[in-house]
Amino acid sequence: MNDASAATSAAAPQARHKAGSDFPFLVALGGIGGSYILLIVLMLVADLAFTSPSHFKQALQKPEIQYALRLTLVTCTISALLSLAVAVPLSYLMSRFAFRGRWLLETAIDIPIVLPPLVIGLSLLILFHLPVGGTNLEQQIEHLFGMRVTYAPPAVVLAQFSVACAFAVQTMRVTFDQIDTRAEQVALTLGCRRSQAFFHVVLPQAWRGMIAALTIAWARSLGEFGPILVFAGATRMRTEVLSTTVFLELSVGQLEAAVAVSLLMVVAAIAVLGVVRLLGTRVAT
Amino acid sequence: MIELENVTIRSGAFALTNVSAVVPQGDYAVLMGGTGQGKTTIVEALCGLRPIVSGCIRLDGAEVTRWKPADRSIGYVPQDLALFPTMTVREHLEFALRLRRASRALLRERVAELADVLGIGALLDRRMRGLSGGEAQRVALGRALSFRPRVLLLDEPLNALDESTRDRLCELLRTVQKTQGLTTLHITHSRTEARLLADRLLVLVDGRLQERPTTDLSSLSQIAPETVASATGPYLESIRILALP
Repeated sequence: MNDASAATSAAAPQARHKAGSDFPFLVALGGIGGSYILLIVLMLVADLAFTSPSHFKQALQKPEIQYALRLTLVTCTISALLSLAVAVPLSYLMSRFAFRGRWLLETAIDIPIVLPPLVIGLSLLILFHLPVGGTNLEQQIEHLFGMRVTYAPPAVVLAQFSVACAFAVQTMRVTFDQIDTRAEQVALTLGCRRSQAFFHVVLPQAWRGMIAALTIAWARSLGEFGPILVFAGATRMRTEVLSTTVFLELSVGQLEAAVAVSLLMVVAAIAVLGVVRLLGTRVAT
Repeated sequence: MIELENVTIRSGAFALTNVSAVVPQGDYAVLMGGTGQGKTTIVEALCGLRPIVSGCIRLDGAEVTRWKPADRSIGYVPQDLALFPTMTVREHLEFALRLRRASRALLRERVAELADVLGIGALLDRRMRGLSGGEAQRVALGRALSFRPRVLLLDEPLNALDESTRDRLCELLRTVQKTQGLTTLHITHSRTEARLLADRLLVLVDGRLQERPTTDLSSLSQIAPETVASATGPYLESIRILALP
């Protein structure tokens, strides 16, 4: 009886309770979140307002900028593919195997993410020119492959890759962590070697993650500036990519050209994002 | 035949020490025991998915203790089924046979045979999304049986099914096992399942694996409580209290 009356008195205030409107909360969420979207849109609108189709055309007709556009597309694609090729095995290893010193490896991979990009460029420069036994890495590579790295296009790719790969690894790590290991284990009992379980069972589930990793690596490479400037230089018709173009045009007071090239980068970024999203959803369904 | 001899398995703080058991060729053994006793651990050790500290595992007389999972020829249906989300039902049934480089004719024949026995012929081109619980169980069972393994290990394969589906699947398991003479180890909490299936009854309690006569099934409540009952007990109690006027 006591229990019953306690339950009744506890239930009574609940019957009168009214939660009130959700409107203020949703408006606050929308207001705070929307302010950031507004900032992005306003920046792009300002760029568009500043430039004109003729500026755009003028910029695109410059052979230097045409070269930079081509070099950008090629180097970004190479470094994104390289990043993915490294990120898939590395993050799979770290996701599936617990080994001593894994935390050290994880910390090392995060270094390019937290380090100022300029420092990465400087470190690459030092790495390639540190004298070791009367020679250095740059000379050895030139000797072996007959190709220069520093202040040449390979340096652009290497500078982009050094940073982009860390982001690709992060994305793939999350992807592999989210894929249940049980299916792989069952595949092993069905007669798979680890490699077969990986290629037949795990990788087909990792498609979305791989596409995301590729996009992120590509976008990071597009935006890379500091390391390229230090390690590859900003030589016109040689190591100039779009981000360096913006800097070069700005430094000689060509604001219109700088803005036109910036918009070109925005268009390129949005196009890649769109294509990859489309590809991603098609693969997923 | 499945033999475990003085097997010790350790995983973190949990340990099973000196576990021994024998399931003779062609027998259907049911393994019971409360939650967290280590039933799944034993099955994973049999599969080679969990290393054992000491002891010996034999399948059909061959010592397989250090063998890779792939070489043991065990049909394994895990508790969560672990179906391959990117594959169709047909691809599940063909998977192990393709690894063994089966001919196209053999693939067709075996898939047709399995689909017929398991009643999944209409599902062959479906993917895993949208399969019902019972359908998914049958696909997992078909995948495990496809390559004619020497033993079958089932980890609570009929959980979360309604009673009529469960009864039908029990009958199916029994038929498949009898016609193929397959040595089977089946983990369950359900005494009904055990009564329907068991030639032999193994009970894991306090880290000791004992064989009991199957007639014990009627008096087994203290040894292997039905988890459903124990889980819903307090819940029902709280509902009763809340529902009082």
